This record gives sequence, structure tokens and C-alpha cells, in this order.
Amino acid sequence: MRRKIPLIITFIIGVVLVTGYFVTRGPFNTLYESFSDYFAIITVFAFILGGGSLLKIHLKRVSNRSTDWPYSVVTLAGFLVTLVIGLFKVGNPDGMGGEILAAGSWLRFLFDGVYNPLSATMFSLLAFFVASASYRAFRARTKEATILLSAAMVILLGRTPVGAWLTAWMPEILGFLELPNLANWIMAWPNTAGQRAIMIGIALGVIATSLRIILGIERNYLGRRE
Amino acid sequence: MRIPDSILHIDRRIIFLLIGAAVCIPLILQPRFQDSPTPIVQSIFDTVERLPSGSRVFLSFDYGPDTAPELDPMAKALVRHTMTRGHEVSFFTLFPEGLGQIKKITDNLLPVEFPEKAYGRDFVNLGYKAGLGGAINTMVVNFRTLINADAEGTPLDDLPMTADVDEMVDYAIILSLTAGDPGLKEWIQFAGDIAGIPVMGGGTAVVAPELYPYYPQQLVGLMGGLKGASEYESALVDRYPAYRNATMDATMRMGPQVVTHVLIVLLILLGNLAYFFGRSGRPGRNDRTDRADQADRRR
Amino acid sequence: MRLSPSRRKPHPDSFAIALLRAVLACTVFVAMAQTDLLFAQTDTESGWFNADRTQALVLGIVLTGAILLYVVLAASGRPLFIRKIAGLETVEEAVGRATEMGKPILYVPGLNDMDEVQTIASMNLLGHLATIIAGYDSRLHVPVRKSLVMSVARETVQQSYLSAGRPDAYQEDDIHYVSDAQFAYAAAVDGIIVRERPAACFYLGGFYAESLILAETGNSIGAIQIAGTARPPQLPFFVAACDYTLIGEELFAASAYLSKEPRMLGSLKGQDAGKGIAIVFILAGSALATLESVTGNETVREVSQIVLWLFR
Repeated sequence: MRRKIPLIITFIIGVVLVTGYFVTRGPFNTLYESFSDYFAIITVFAFILGGGSLLKIHLKRVSNRSTDWPYSVVTLAGFLVTLVIGLFKVGNPDGMGGEILAAGSWLRFLFDGVYNPLSATMFSLLAFFVASASYRAFRARTKEATILLSAAMVILLGRTPVGAWLTAWMPEILGFLELPNLANWIMAWPNTAGQRAIMIGIALGVIATSLRIILGIERNYLGRRE
Repeated sequence: MRIPDSILHIDRRIIFLLIGAAVCIPLILQPRFQDSPTPIVQSIFDTVERLPSGSRVFLSFDYGPDTAPELDPMAKALVRHTMTRGHEVSFFTLFPEGLGQIKKITDNLLPVEFPEKAYGRDFVNLGYKAGLGGAINTMVVNFRTLINADAEGTPLDDLPMTADVDEMVDYAIILSLTAGDPGLKEWIQFAGDIAGIPVMGGGTAVVAPELYPYYPQQLVGLMGGLKGASEYESALVDRYPAYRNATMDATMRMGPQVVTHVLIVLLILLGNLAYFFGRSGRPGRNDRTDRADQADRRR
Repeated sequence: MRLSPSRRKPHPDSFAIALLRAVLACTVFVAMAQTDLLFAQTDTESGWFNADRTQALVLGIVLTGAILLYVVLAASGRPLFIRKIAGLETVEEAVGRATEMGKPILYVPGLNDMDEVQTIASMNLLGHLATIIAGYDSRLHVPVRKSLVMSVARETVQQSYLSAGRPDAYQEDDIHYVSDAQFAYAAAVDGIIVRERPAACFYLGGFYAESLILAETGNSIGAIQIAGTARPPQLPFFVAACDYTLIGEELFAASAYLSKEPRMLGSLKGQDAGKGIAIVFILAGSALATLESVTGNETVREVSQIVLWLFR
């Protein structure tokens, strides 16, 4: 029964929501929004599970003095300090009634002074990793790899003013060969064609997976059997 | 000619060091590269430009601080343009961290560059709404169900600019600055396609290729990455020379981007030279890309 | 891969229930489409059916019908050919390598919550992978970004260990929540990769800008890496840094492919049929548009308009 009931609920909700997409009247036409709201509410409560897991694992590591336990202290401190400041609006100039990110509040300081720079730092790592991955991966090993490599070079140069400068000498009749134009052509045609093909494949995959779930053929995600 | 293994399998830390230098040196020297708008960017500029003064514009900051270096310049350029044209702008975000990005505009840019613009009359902050794509859907079906007050809790009816905004179609255009999901794609699917409101905006360089298939039918225009922002800034400067002396973030940041791109191209060339001249030698023991190629051939 | 009826037989009860559900679902659609009284334009609200979405209904029925047809055919025992997916063929090799090296296996289910199909597909795949890992007696480490995903992953892995006869090997704390913040999560997973040096890394689900940050770190420690996502912008990054990449639809096919269950494989075949239908329409559309511009024929124009209407 523990497995059958979720399957029946999945089937009914799936069919009703799909039906709701084609129906103009209530309650069908607003079901999607209602279920989105329910999901948001469940997610908020589920955070207690996540927060609990975080606390449990890191407290255990600290108490057992496991390998690299000082990192767990940093995690716990960051988590608890932000949670308390955010939840009780500690240091908020307007008190508990104030806006959560009010100017001058402690949470705003944490957001601007800690969260912002740390997030931007992690994101900026991409530049370094793109370079190392490009150096390793873009090698003309096969015909296909050579085409990929050539397209990458055109896009890299064509997306900067250097591309325009390098090919500015070209006569007007060969204007389409200027790097920025070539880069735009690659983005607008081959890229779009490829993206669309992948998107069609994904859409079909989503439909097939959804059908498997709604019909109860796919049930691995439900976990425990009776 | 044999290329030593050290070049064929160059230590990634050396590459990181070179990239670090390629970013830092232009930041210090601040070289300026003049850009010109491509049609996909120009069409956004033209749409904003052609709207009658006082049109309602919906600007969604669908990004957080991590992608701010790439998307903030677009936000600034769009706000400068819409404010100069006299449009009424509603700021909004589908990202909880987007509130901080809106605040940067309303607290730092607007009071300095447009002191005459008043909150509630020329611009309003509608704040963050949860629900991802579902939130857009709700706004299109019944705008006031989701948004009945601004970010501070002031009822929309009490703000002159939004008192008669009852539906999403009351906005002339939707602009979104996108870092991922939800973003421009969702605005197109749930608002543009369904309510017929023109959708346009910008995305990070990573997200942009995914959005090209929607242009020009479903997406009026797109700024892709820092280059897109730089193109928009150049269109703005061309049309409004008063901005010639203003700080144009994207134009300034194009320096590091140009040098980094050129460096990556050189590294790729070096990698290929090393590969071709060293190919007669043994392949690297742990060359995973070689292994992936073999796997591809097996497929 | 060819599946003969003698190797796998469908469960008659579950098949009958599935078919009944399919018929019921189709009946709802068809009844609504066929009853004239239900049709109405959205703005008039005089009927129940949203005529603006007729195209979606028609295409939905065609694609759903194709998939269901192949599910039924596969369930009846008809052998189906499914092409090999290299990335999935290597899963067992990767787990075996981790066992030999005595190192853990890292599984990253992406950034999305359980309301995203990619995450559900990832959970299904995790179930199969956990069964293999339980058999090899390796350690599975799953850091997650969303609390609900953590709960589902725990249930799924626990069930896999139970079905593999190794309930004692299941460690709840190995599936744990990290952070909802995208880059805090990426930093934590990078830390895990560098400290634990897993022998195999799986990145399967919805990924964003952190994809290359994770995959390059995994590459730097020499781990076998298998990735898969239905987020097209991240595919080039995974292709560059991982050994195998499941491209878009392959992620959704993975669970069916690994399960080798006939009805699941039938849905894959139906997916391919859907692709065939899409190709036919693309070719027909291109041909009609070309003919129309070349000849200016009225009949061609009308047929072209019908095809255009279908995809409006």
C-alpha cells in the first residue's frame, strides 16, 4: 500500500494537471498555480530536514574530531550566524518589522560583504577552468574535432573587437568572412539548428519520462517497496 | 621535431597564472575598445527607443551576485536608456538574490544620475516572487493575485505609476536579465507567447546560445554576455552623446575579455602544435580526452 | 541491445493497470477534443476547451500515442533494438575501478528540486547505480542542494541496497544536504572532490554555471567522469571535461536503458518514433515553404498554412 497510494496520487494529479492545461474554467485552469504554491510550502518545511542534516553531519565531525573537522566549524558558524541574524532580524535598523535586506542591517552587510564576493569568486573560477579545458579539449584529432576547434576560434575572436580589427582589411564583397559576421552566422544558424535538435530530443524525453511516471511504469524514484 | 611532454600536458596552474595576468593587466591599464551594436542587440535598443515616452516597462532582474559582473552593465544600460526616454519602469525579480541587484540600481544609480525621478511615479520595485515559471504564469493569468503591493508592502493602488496596472498586458515590453532558470526562456513561454507581450533582454555568455533559437520570432533581441552589454552601451552613447563621459562598465571590462580570448586562442594553437609535433610519441597515460575520443569512435 | 521476449516477461497485472490508465488518460483528451460543446475561445469563456491550445492537444495525442504504442508492443514481447549508449555501458567499469582503488563514488544530482523532470530522471538513475555499487561494496557519496532531493535520494538508495541484499552497507549520512546557494554548493562539492579524491564522479541532472567548475576539478584528480544534463548550455563544458556525456534525451533514457525492463525500453522506442515524426514535419515544412516561394501555388500555400498552424 505504501507504494500503491503514491502511484495512484501521481496518476490522478498528472492527468488532472495535463487536463487543466486545456481547460478554460476553474478549478482546472488554476490547478498548476495551486500546486506550485503547495510545492513551495512543502519545500520550505523540507528545509528543516536539510538544515537538520547539515547540523547533524558537521556536529558529528566536530565531536569525533574527524579529518578536516575545522572546516565543519566554519560551516556551522556561518550557517548559525546567518540563520539567527536573518530569522530575528538582528541589527536591522527597523527592528522585526523592517525590510529583510534593509540598508545598514547586519544581513545586508553579510549579503554585500560576504555572500556577494564569495559567489562572484566561485563564478569567476569559470574563466580559469574554461582556459584549461579549452587547452586540453580543443585538439584537431578528428575531422569533427577540427570543425569544432575552428568554430571555437571564430567565436572567441569574433566576440571581441579584435576580431573586427583582424579582418577589417577584407574587401566589401568578402564582408561575410569578417570574423564578427562569421561568429554571428555560426551562432544564428549552425548553433540554432543544433540547439533546436537537442531541445526537440529533450522535449520528447520529458514527455516519455512524464508518461512513464504518470502511468506508474517508472517508480524507482519512489524508493522503498512494501 | 619532438615537443616535450611538459608542453603537451602543460600544468594547469601555469594556465591559471596566465589567465590571472590576462585579466588583471587590462584592468589596471584600462584599454578602450570601440564596439558597434549587432542587429540582435540593436533591435532591443530600437524597441525601447521607439516606445512612446511614459510607456510601462517591466524589468526583471533574474540573477544573483555571482553573475552580476556580466549582467549589471546590461541592467545599468537599460535603466539609463528607459529613464532617459521617460518610461515608467517596474523592477522585479524571480531570484531571491535579485533583490540585492535591484537595490544597487535604486539606491546607487538612480539617485545619482536621475535625481528628478521619483519612486512610485517613474519607477517601482515590485520585489521578489517565488514560484519560478509558475509565478510568471500566475502574473499573466491574474497579475494582482501575485503582485498587489511593492517590495516594501505599499499597495499598488497607492502608487501613481501602478494604480491602474491590473494585468501583465498593461506593460508595453518585458525585459529580463537572465542567469539561468527562470529567465528569458520562461518569460517567452509563459508571458510572451501567451499574452503577446514583446520579450527581450540579456543573458550571460553561457546562457545566450540557448536563447538564440527564439530570436527573432519569440525574442525581440538579446544581449549575450559582456559583449552584448558593450554593444548596447555603444548604441546608447551613439544616440545620447551625453553618456560619452559616463562610466560604461561593459566597455571597460571588454579589455580583460579581449586579452583573455586572445590568450585562450593562443593556448589552443599551442596545444594543437604540441599535439601534432608530439603525436609520434606516446600519448599521455592519463589523457581522459583521448579516452573519450576513443569512446566516441566506439559509438 | 536487443531484448528477446524469453529474457524478460512483462508482469501481466501491472501491464493491464498501465494500459487501463493509458486508455483512461486518452479518453479524457479525446472526449474533450471531440465534443463540440466544449470548444471555445479563451476570451469568450462559453465552453470548457481552450481552443488556443488545439495544436498542443493534437501534437500531444500524436506523441503520447506513439510512445504508448511502443510500450504496448514491448510489453507484448516484441523484440526492440535500442542503440548502445557508451556512457551507460561504462557505469559498471567506473564502479569496479572505484572498488579496486578503494575510493568512493561521487554522485551529484544537479541543482534542481524534485519538481524538475531532470532531477526525477537523476533519482531513477541513482537507484540503478546504487544497486550496482551495493554489489561492489563501494562507498557512494551524494551531496545535494535541495532538502527534498535529499529525502528522495535517501529512500531510493536505501531501497537499492535492500534489493541488492546489502542493507547494512547503506549509510544515511553519505547522502546529505549542503546548501541551497548555487556556488556555495559548488564550492562544497569541489572540496569533497579534492579531499576524498573519488575514483568516479557522476554529474547527472540539471546543471548551470557550476558544471565546468565541478567537472574540471574532477578531471584534475583523474576520476572517471560521466555527466548528463538536459540543459544545452552546459553540454559543451561536460563534453570538454568528462569522459562520457549523456546529451539531453539520453539522460531521460538512462533509467530505462539500465533497467532493461521491456515497457521502459518501449517508451524509448516511442521517443524515437516521436523524433521521426518531428523530422517528417521539418522536412515537409521546409519543402512546402520552398515550393510555395518558388511556384506561388495556392494549394501548396494552403497546405503550408495548415502545417504552420500546427506549430504556431
